[in-house]
Amino acid sequence: MLQSPYVTSYLTEHFGNDEFTTLDGYERLGGYQAARKALTEMSPDDLIELVKASGLQGRGGAGFSMGMKWSFMPKEDDRPKYLVCNADESEPGSFKDRIMLERGAHQMLEGILIAAWATGAAATFIYIRGEYSFPADCVERAVAEAYEKGYFGANAMGTGFSHDVRVTRGAGAYICGEETGLLESLEGKKGQPRKKPPFPAQYGAFGMPTTVNNVETYSHVPHIINKGIDWFRAFGTDKSPGTTIFGVSGHVARPGLYELPLGTPLSEIVFEHAGGVPGGRKVKGVIPGGMSMPILPAGLLDVPMANEFLREQKTMLGTGGIMVMDETTCMVRVASIISYFFRDESCGQCTQCREGTGWMNKIVERIERGAGEQSDIDVLLDVAGKMEASTICAFADAAAWPIQGLLRHFSEDFIAHIGGRKCPFPESFEL
Amino acid sequence: MVISEPIRSEIDAEIAKFPKPRGALLRAMHLVQAEHGHVSTDCARELAEIFEMRPIEVMEVVSFYNMFFDKPQAKHHVYVCTNLPCSLRGARVLLAQLESHLGVQAPGDTADGRIHLGHEECLGACAYAPMMRIDDQYFEDLDVEKAKSILDSLGE
Ligand SMILES: Cc1cc2nc3c(=O)[nH]c(=O)nc-3n(C[C@H](O)[C@H](O)[C@H](O)COP(=O)(O)O)c2cc1C
Ligand code: SF4
Repeated sequence: MLQSPYVTSYLTEHFGNDEFTTLDGYERLGGYQAARKALTEMSPDDLIELVKASGLQGRGGAGFSMGMKWSFMPKEDDRPKYLVCNADESEPGSFKDRIMLERGAHQMLEGILIAAWATGAAATFIYIRGEYSFPADCVERAVAEAYEKGYFGANAMGTGFSHDVRVTRGAGAYICGEETGLLESLEGKKGQPRKKPPFPAQYGAFGMPTTVNNVETYSHVPHIINKGIDWFRAFGTDKSPGTTIFGVSGHVARPGLYELPLGTPLSEIVFEHAGGVPGGRKVKGVIPGGMSMPILPAGLLDVPMANEFLREQKTMLGTGGIMVMDETTCMVRVASIISYFFRDESCGQCTQCREGTGWMNKIVERIERGAGEQSDIDVLLDVAGKMEASTICAFADAAAWPIQGLLRHFSEDFIAHIGGRKCPFPESFEL
Repeated sequence: MVISEPIRSEIDAEIAKFPKPRGALLRAMHLVQAEHGHVSTDCARELAEIFEMRPIEVMEVVSFYNMFFDKPQAKHHVYVCTNLPCSLRGARVLLAQLESHLGVQAPGDTADGRIHLGHEECLGACAYAPMMRIDDQYFEDLDVEKAKSILDSLGE
């Protein structure tokens, strides 16, 4: 069952407290003061500058500056502007947004209200993956409470500012997490990503200027308003400030959520917080940020979990979903699961992606069965290379990177399958 | 009319909340499916009228999303997550045992139409693996015995 984080900080401090899930309780614990301050004492420009200066980066995967994104919204434009809250969370290994929705919906809504004022948005669309039925119920209840209290609607907090919030439930498609796939889905269409440009800031939801941010990104905002930039920047690294919620899964003693400053060494999260691998076994590899992010071998786990350091190791923070694999693990099986997922979820618009994900999966499965050829590894690398930076959306890159990562650090597993014509890891997890 | 009056008025209320009517289409499909179990051709025709689309466009949307069905469904949908975090913790063994417990091969329905057993990609329950989704509920931290008894207790 979903559990409060084992290590908490400002975002998740009250997640164990049922009070925090109700509007009254949230306010008793200091909630909605930041929104009141923003709407009554701060100009939109001040807010944009503040969030820019805070260094807050998106927590949905790409790590782009939230304040910068807000500043892209056109100012001299009569069209209504919109915000989107991306709660599609389907990146394998990620489960932090789920608890933010279930236990921290008002915190997220407060961040949304502040963002709305800063960008002059008329409405926010919260897009929640269809399988998150209970989390969506929690959000809808919180939205209704906030409307009732007059925090949303025609005269938000009595300031004359008007802002509406709508909740849309998805229906099972990973690609709807990509921001323009999400926009299509929001409009009642197939969730196929759009060609860019135009970018969402010019042509977004229902054709209007739109900014998309992740659930967690919004949730940081009230804290920055309440306690200031210096306070916020005391967490994390110079380039990657604040905390994030790491989700640890796989072969560890204490799988779960951990809210820690960005820049916390991966080894500290895996071995100290999550208790390391049970049964006296050793770690073989760790995926640091959701399935799209390349794996790290046991020797590289001292890396601080912030993009400026992870990039040096050819990987990224992604969603902070950390998957730990012990020494029994067959990395070709891992590649098989990963390539199957991307083959299954490709929306099919781009040839390189549709065909490339299919080929990669076919070749990997062949190698796993012991029917691979020496040349297969080169073909895999060739296909993966051609998928990068050549498609409508970053899904194809996200499909190529993990396979490249596995071949970079664990090519001996692939070679052993091909040479021995069978899987040499009898104790590995079952496929 | 196949879509009932109350559902129809809920759909109309949803449409009013979006800048363009089609913004309410996914919600409408969820509502229709909750009432009928799937989005039938007749329902699609009515949805097409409501949203001023062609029926084929409605069916295209239905077929794009894993959670929408164009055919009658088993009473309960059971999906075992087989993505990496769950597989590392025995999800595939669990699925195989549930297959033999129910006498079906996933994806497939039991002979009495009570259960559809399938596998699904990551459901955001990675630390509580293995897990399964039954209809709109999650069952986490499973072992084989626990999972079997949950399946056995599902209604007709
Ligand atoms: C294939 C793909 C899937 C994505 N899935 C998600 C997702 O489930 N949730 C999310 O917040 N961002 C996801 N993103 C990133 C979004 O496109 C977008 O960058 C993000 O929502 C922006 O919010 P942020 O700046 O606050 O991170 C995905 C991107 C790609 C390419
Ligand atoms: S890269 Fe893949 S998922 Fe993205 S638009 Fe192209 S085919 Fe679709």
